[in-house]
Amino acid sequence: MGEITKGTVQEQARRIFICAGSGCISSGSRQVADKLQQALDEAGLNQTVPITMTGCHGFCEQGPIVVIAPDDVFYCRVQPEDAVTLVEQHLVQGQLVESLLYRDSQTGERAKSAHDIGFYAKQQRIVLRNCGTIDPEQIDDYLAREGYQGLARALTMTPEAVIEEVKRSGLRGRGGAGFPTGLKWSFAAGAPGEKKYLVCNGDEGDPGAFMDRSLLEGDPHSVIEGMVIAAYAIGAQAGYAYIRAEYPLAIQRMQIAIDQARARGYLGESVMGTDFAFDLQIKAGAGAFVCGEETALLASIEGERGMPRVRPPYPAIKGLWGYPTNINNVETFGSVPYILRAGADAYAAVGTEKSKGTKVFALTGKVKNTGLVEVPMGLSLREIVFGIGEGIQQDRPFKAVQIGGPSGGCLPAALLDVPVDYDSLIAAGAMMGSGGLVVLDDTTCMVDLARFFLSFTQRESCGKCTPCREGTKRMLEILERITQGEGSMDDIIALERLAGVIKSTSLCGLGQTAPNPVLTTLRYFREEYEAHILEERCPAGVCKALTKFAIVPDKCVGCTACARVCPIHCISGAPKKVHTIDRSRCIGCGQCAGKCRFAAVVRA
Amino acid sequence: MNCNCGGTAESTKDAALATMLAEYREKPGALIPVLQGAQAIYGYLPETVLAQIAAALHLPLSHVFGVVTFYTQFHLQPRGRHIIRVCLGTACHVRGGAAIFTALQQHLDVNDGETTEDQRFTLESVACIGACGLAPVITINDDTFGRLTPEQLPEILARYA
Repeated sequence: MGEITKGTVQEQARRIFICAGSGCISSGSRQVADKLQQALDEAGLNQTVPITMTGCHGFCEQGPIVVIAPDDVFYCRVQPEDAVTLVEQHLVQGQLVESLLYRDSQTGERAKSAHDIGFYAKQQRIVLRNCGTIDPEQIDDYLAREGYQGLARALTMTPEAVIEEVKRSGLRGRGGAGFPTGLKWSFAAGAPGEKKYLVCNGDEGDPGAFMDRSLLEGDPHSVIEGMVIAAYAIGAQAGYAYIRAEYPLAIQRMQIAIDQARARGYLGESVMGTDFAFDLQIKAGAGAFVCGEETALLASIEGERGMPRVRPPYPAIKGLWGYPTNINNVETFGSVPYILRAGADAYAAVGTEKSKGTKVFALTGKVKNTGLVEVPMGLSLREIVFGIGEGIQQDRPFKAVQIGGPSGGCLPAALLDVPVDYDSLIAAGAMMGSGGLVVLDDTTCMVDLARFFLSFTQRESCGKCTPCREGTKRMLEILERITQGEGSMDDIIALERLAGVIKSTSLCGLGQTAPNPVLTTLRYFREEYEAHILEERCPAGVCKALTKFAIVPDKCVGCTACARVCPIHCISGAPKKVHTIDRSRCIGCGQCAGKCRFAAVVRA
Repeated sequence: MNCNCGGTAESTKDAALATMLAEYREKPGALIPVLQGAQAIYGYLPETVLAQIAAALHLPLSHVFGVVTFYTQFHLQPRGRHIIRVCLGTACHVRGGAAIFTALQQHLDVNDGETTEDQRFTLESVACIGACGLAPVITINDDTFGRLTPEQLPEILARYA
């Protein structure tokens, strides 16, 4: 450490990569870029050290992230005022700027490059391999990293052979349900129709998930390449990339990439000089979670309300405007170029017997390292949360991990060693979902979390089928009652009965999976429901109606801070004397506890 | 995506709408892009505009209204100059997003979906803006603010006149 590679050859290769993913941009990476450019200009290095704005590095927690080649020195939480130091010390003097290097929370040691950081060490990046290392707005950057070579190989094969290759790779749909991708393609390929469509589902609506966003922002060409390969395999002439309107940057970068791909002949009348024709356009979503369901998504592209319809007929037979249509998720398409380039066997060598390859997760919540991680299928939750994530913030006790968003479930500490693959998660009552992984500690109330998810699915229910429209409403009412301290044990029975009916009779995946967060919390955290109902107590101290505060006399110094902040003036006591809270009037807002500097205010 | 510049004369807006309708008239699935475009022009979707769109695309007005009210992106009422979106997604939920939302409600004296009397801010809660690593997060127009505490809000709001 301390020294940086010198010499003319390496100096030629000096390059500054600045993360321009949504996370780092909001942490100020554009201002950092401006100041760095200014500092380079002043140091006379603007001709020799180019700045590249890249996609997401995944480690959003540590943003803005700046990586300097050739040694790939990884600087984190870089502020605009650090720019001059970085240029002077790193580039001019050839010394590392120690204070900006990542510091391991366990050992306290500084890490020089991403490889030395625990967050990255256990990851295996296939889909995200270019995110953070290329400029997503430059097709040449993508081409320099074997871009469009998967497509080149596919075009030398028959469409049937391409489908066979994808089948052999074992790739399953990354949108959540895990249907085998090659098999899905073969349905659309085999369906009769004068026209066929290909659709990319980028309506990433799960709260707590941003994998698709990062891939579209960081490496849009990989998604386009995957789509062109799929279009060739099934015989589609036109495609749509349906992207959430909430992701303006993803839409912008995808549009740039489509225009470039068309200009270079990877899209259009003659793809790579062959007689295969395929073109692609973006459809911006308009804000409806249910549009992540494939038939609802198609209705939305057609300009209708995004309501699902009964399947069969499946979209592969009768999809967009009645023509055979194949729909895959962003990450699924992002996995395809590697399979065609490196071969099905290379892909299938990663993962478990029934879940091949890697999966990208958005690791968030109360974990130390939050961000985007790509891991081989079959890694345990423990390795993700405590290995890559390095454990819980402030070393509080781990309580659960919520996986799969509103369709998934909460898994407790006892299941930390469950391998993360489609089938093991289903067996545990959760599901892979699109890849949200929210870590919860002892300050999260599981009943409140179940209520949170139900209020989400209830609001997003399109209203077409009764079990989902009415059932989720009734479940939400019960959960609200319990969190208000007005529940009864009969409510738990009612919840379980309703859940069963909604799961088995709803029209689409939204309703069929909506009860999962309730069912898993009832299965693994039943005692919390019982504490709310029988003891009128919220163990995590989240449910306001069940939370009261009290002052520990020994710790109170009489500073009056709590009494001054109390909105209903229920704290009394003279200055420098012990204060007391009138429990009968306390509304449990917790502002007093937040103000007390002596830890004298406790939940009681 | 919602330009509320307010400086454009009504006639210019109407001309922009007419140009767009001519462009989309014969395209399949045009309704949603047309509504998005119209909202970008007017800042919201006035009833007269919906009627024009319905006529141009040969759709019943009721159908257009049905689509508009289905999607959260579309608005039938004028909105503030600056749109504040408070993320209440899972990651923000467990990291105190609700406290941020409550603080904004109190500070601006509006409820979810409402606009301040001076038309300066519209406050909305959203389910996820995909910046979970920075929770709790809000966006104001296209700017994102992460790792927030309620104390930071007045200073941030002051930047938007």
